Amino acid sequence: MTSNILSFLLAFFWWIALSWTFNWQFLLVGLLVSLFIAWAVGELFTRNPHKFKQPSRYLWALYYLVVFLKENIKGNIDGAYRILHPGLPIRPGIVKVKTKLKSDAGLTYLANTITLTPGTFTMDVDQENGYLYVHWMNVVTEDTDKATEIIVAKYENILAKIFE
Amino acid sequence: MTEIIAYTLMGIGILFDFIGCLGLIRLPDLYNRLHASIKCVTFGTCGIMLGVFVKHGFSDIGIKALVCALFLLLTAPVSAHAISRAAHLAGVKPWEKTVCDHYEKDK
Amino acid sequence: MRFLRWFLGLVIVVAVVYLNFRMELSPMMRAINLLIPSCFMCLWRIYKGPTPADRIVALDIIGILIIGFCGILSIFSNRVFYIEIAIAWALQSFIATIALAKFLEGKDFDD
Repeated sequence: MTSNILSFLLAFFWWIALSWTFNWQFLLVGLLVSLFIAWAVGELFTRNPHKFKQPSRYLWALYYLVVFLKENIKGNIDGAYRILHPGLPIRPGIVKVKTKLKSDAGLTYLANTITLTPGTFTMDVDQENGYLYVHWMNVVTEDTDKATEIIVAKYENILAKIFE
Repeated sequence: MTEIIAYTLMGIGILFDFIGCLGLIRLPDLYNRLHASIKCVTFGTCGIMLGVFVKHGFSDIGIKALVCALFLLLTAPVSAHAISRAAHLAGVKPWEKTVCDHYEKDK
Repeated sequence: MRFLRWFLGLVIVVAVVYLNFRMELSPMMRAINLLIPSCFMCLWRIYKGPTPADRIVALDIIGILIIGFCGILSIFSNRVFYIEIAIAWALQSFIATIALAKFLEGKDFDD
């Protein structure tokens, strides 16, 4: 039941954001459509709805947003330097890193964050053993533990507090 | 004042779009191209959308631009991941100066 | 040789930007003229690309650039529907890229 209410709130919020028109006709249609969606597919999307009630997760999410934006800007300047340099200072390679996260949402956000931060992107996820295969534009070390320390460790603790 | 900030954000966005497409031409193999293009082009287009939001404020255009930027930030990494995995499984070789390939070793 | 090519590219870019700000154009046309060379570079990669995966990447990038065009148009013309086109294009481009990647992997669409 909690899961249905959550789906209804999420759908109604997206309806308002996508049609920024506060007319009673628009709001009525949105209400009806959101109710139908919550009744039909409400139990598919959230498996553990009790996680949404803990307010500390939202504060950690805000902190994570700040860290992510800073790393994103740094990563873009680094990538632009490597492209514009006449000698192409790149040293590519595919390394394997470890992760402690188990849940689907946590792994998805970790992979997306690695893709948008300096010089790395995720190629494949091995969920059973907890490995990520990462393409690195400037390989510093080939060892799994040291690469984990450099690439993943910054975001993993914050994401574990949000999603686990 | 808000117009100047909006035009500056738009200029930064166009500059990063250009750099990303330059990387699409200059870099040697598929995986490096994916790096440059996905990261820089997503950041640049999000900058343009942020410029739209600053110019128009909390009206319908601004809110929709923010939604579009959020959607872009969520989907572009997923498509990069899908393309790179499919290309590696289909047998696209990395550049010959690649240092190590643990994915090939573990498959 | 490589440095010479880099310098030639720099000269071309500076010439295009200088001509763009020298001619008498409206601000919207100036912004769009600065974004059009990126599209031509993507088209060159689609023409040249040695593997099919390169072409798929370039197609994806062209989709994101078109969203940027819609943003610029809506900055200068104050119309809502350009942003709606941008959202719809983002959805469609994402699904097309995922389907093409699945096709490249050598599987059918139902597994």
